[in-house]
Amino acid sequence: MEHRPGMTGQETNTAAAEAVSKPRIAVHKFASCDGCQLAFLNLGEDLLALMEMVDVVHFAEAGPVDPDAEVDFAFIEGSISTPADIERVKRIRERSRYVIAVGACATAGGLQALRNMADAGQWMRAVYAEPGNIKSLDTSTPVAQHIKVDLELWGCPVNGRQVLAAVRALLSGVAPAEEHDKVCLECKRRQSVCVMVAKGMPCMGPMTRTGCGALCPSFGRDCYGCYGPAENSNTDSLTRRFEGLGLLPDAVARRFLSINNGAPAFNDAGRKLRE
Amino acid sequence: MSRCWRGWRARELLEGRDYFEVLELVARICGICPVAYQMSAVQAIEAIFKIDPGDWVRAMRRVFYCGEWIQSHSLHIHLLAAPDFLGYENVAQVAQAFPDEVRRGLRLQALGNSLIRLFGARSVHPVGARVGGFHQAPALEQVAQVVGQLRAAVADAEALVRWTAALELPDDEQPFTSVALRHANDYPMEGGRLVSSTGLDIGIEDYEQHFREFQVPHSTALHALHHDEPYLVGPLARLNLNHDRLPDAVAALFRETGIGFPSGNMFHSIVARAVEIHLAVLEALRLLQDYATTDAPYVEVTPTAGIGVGCTEAPRGVLWHRYEFDQAGRVIKARIVPPTSQNQARIEQDLGRSLQAFGLDRSDAELRHRGETVIRNYDPCISCATHFLRLHIDRDSS
Repeated sequence: MEHRPGMTGQETNTAAAEAVSKPRIAVHKFASCDGCQLAFLNLGEDLLALMEMVDVVHFAEAGPVDPDAEVDFAFIEGSISTPADIERVKRIRERSRYVIAVGACATAGGLQALRNMADAGQWMRAVYAEPGNIKSLDTSTPVAQHIKVDLELWGCPVNGRQVLAAVRALLSGVAPAEEHDKVCLECKRRQSVCVMVAKGMPCMGPMTRTGCGALCPSFGRDCYGCYGPAENSNTDSLTRRFEGLGLLPDAVARRFLSINNGAPAFNDAGRKLRE
Repeated sequence: MSRCWRGWRARELLEGRDYFEVLELVARICGICPVAYQMSAVQAIEAIFKIDPGDWVRAMRRVFYCGEWIQSHSLHIHLLAAPDFLGYENVAQVAQAFPDEVRRGLRLQALGNSLIRLFGARSVHPVGARVGGFHQAPALEQVAQVVGQLRAAVADAEALVRWTAALELPDDEQPFTSVALRHANDYPMEGGRLVSSTGLDIGIEDYEQHFREFQVPHSTALHALHHDEPYLVGPLARLNLNHDRLPDAVAALFRETGIGFPSGNMFHSIVARAVEIHLAVLEALRLLQDYATTDAPYVEVTPTAGIGVGCTEAPRGVLWHRYEFDQAGRVIKARIVPPTSQNQARIEQDLGRSLQAFGLDRSDAELRHRGETVIRNYDPCISCATHFLRLHIDRDSS
């Protein structure tokens, strides 16, 4: 078991007793780019307000380091990609009332889950001269594959609105609202021009979970599915539409096998095209 | 020391991808500096396709990049470094003692994010950049709003430079080689030649002849050497090699601090970051104040086969990309050398030296704090997990 550097067990207990009235929060990082932690760090004044309202006991990126602390809410960014990750994520579960997986890496394994479909040993040899020194799993998997997860926030990256809404709901003791709608609905509400209809672009909007604000079509370009599959995604239909726009099967497969390639709906659709 | 799992992606995850997918994928290597990854990649790809995106795109890319420097440096100074130098554990504690200074930092960070959003819709993994330019030109009223923010930020940036220069920083001169880009006229950001404090002056396509990456048993991060020696990239290296390229107003304020450059004191890195925020605010203001929108925010592209190199100055230093494309514009091979892997050997050299100079007879807690502070001078890519030091001390009892 790891201890916080420079702090004895006794000091940790005293700190816990002082903060007994405030909910305790931890933000953990696994294999990821840190972009989802920025959803917190870019909150500006709201970040300081949040740090007043709750006791942030572990958030290495923002200062506090105490990875083994008992907390009410543990936010997890990143995918599970090493044997040590599996042990660590289990310890987090044991010490946390609620576990919230944040971002495409934690909810679907991330872009790096592409290695689940390849010969990992071959990749390793291509990068490292002596792959024997590298302790890594052959797979990159979502947190929920290893422990019970209470809430998933999808997106690459998640944004401040999503994490604040989740924190507010959790602090008020209500179930956070999950976003299952498709990007198309949000795009219509924004009154953006449909890039698939108007420009013939292979937009992933009809299949992608909402929450980003339909940003890509608002910039005149196609959605690339960074929020993962929406509920009841009809991937076969979209595949036919993309082929109708002139995309070859492998190009369509790459649309699915991208940022959220590990999400089952996208993974199945992509694999089917490659068979 | 650190765990860099990204070596995977950089090389193998791009192969077989279309050129237009590359910017979205490489952004995911770093959530703190996605713009840098997009800009090094786009430079390499446009070199292969022999595209000149024109003056408007070039200027706006520099503004986009200024946003990332401001955002990343502000985050580093206030959330990571300030607690070290002021003796607090985290930014919330600093905010109680220095509320105005922390608010100023958060305002600057927000400004950086606004600049990125102007061109990318969001500040983390922005969606606006494309090969040939940008998907969309920002509207006049959006630019006017950000220009207002920039004007107000000039005083904040000036105050920040003075504040960091007045911090009680350890005095620890040491010899090291600085490596950075150098541009004919401008402070280096999105292009230039590669130069070093030991006389190197090469085109970016010759990088591999002078720099070597290798594996070490104790780390998953590849290390890099320049002519078999560790070297420094990042804000201090840039300033050491390019202080004569600072705009007059930035240079004047910088002289006022009394810090002589080139500096061999790694603790001056925090001042270098503040100076670069000042520079980036003024540069963005210069390039946006007479902004004219365009109905051609990008040039059309015809894919061709070839090899191309891109190199820009990420907030943490030189970020070098090389791509090989087939006739259809698909990736055959990709190589990415990020700044933190280049600094890795230098960090380890510095750590050993600094702790000895600090005095190994001190307590574990003091040694750990000094060690963390030394490492943080390099602002190691936080995605590589170098947040706190797991210190293992074998004390000789004799």
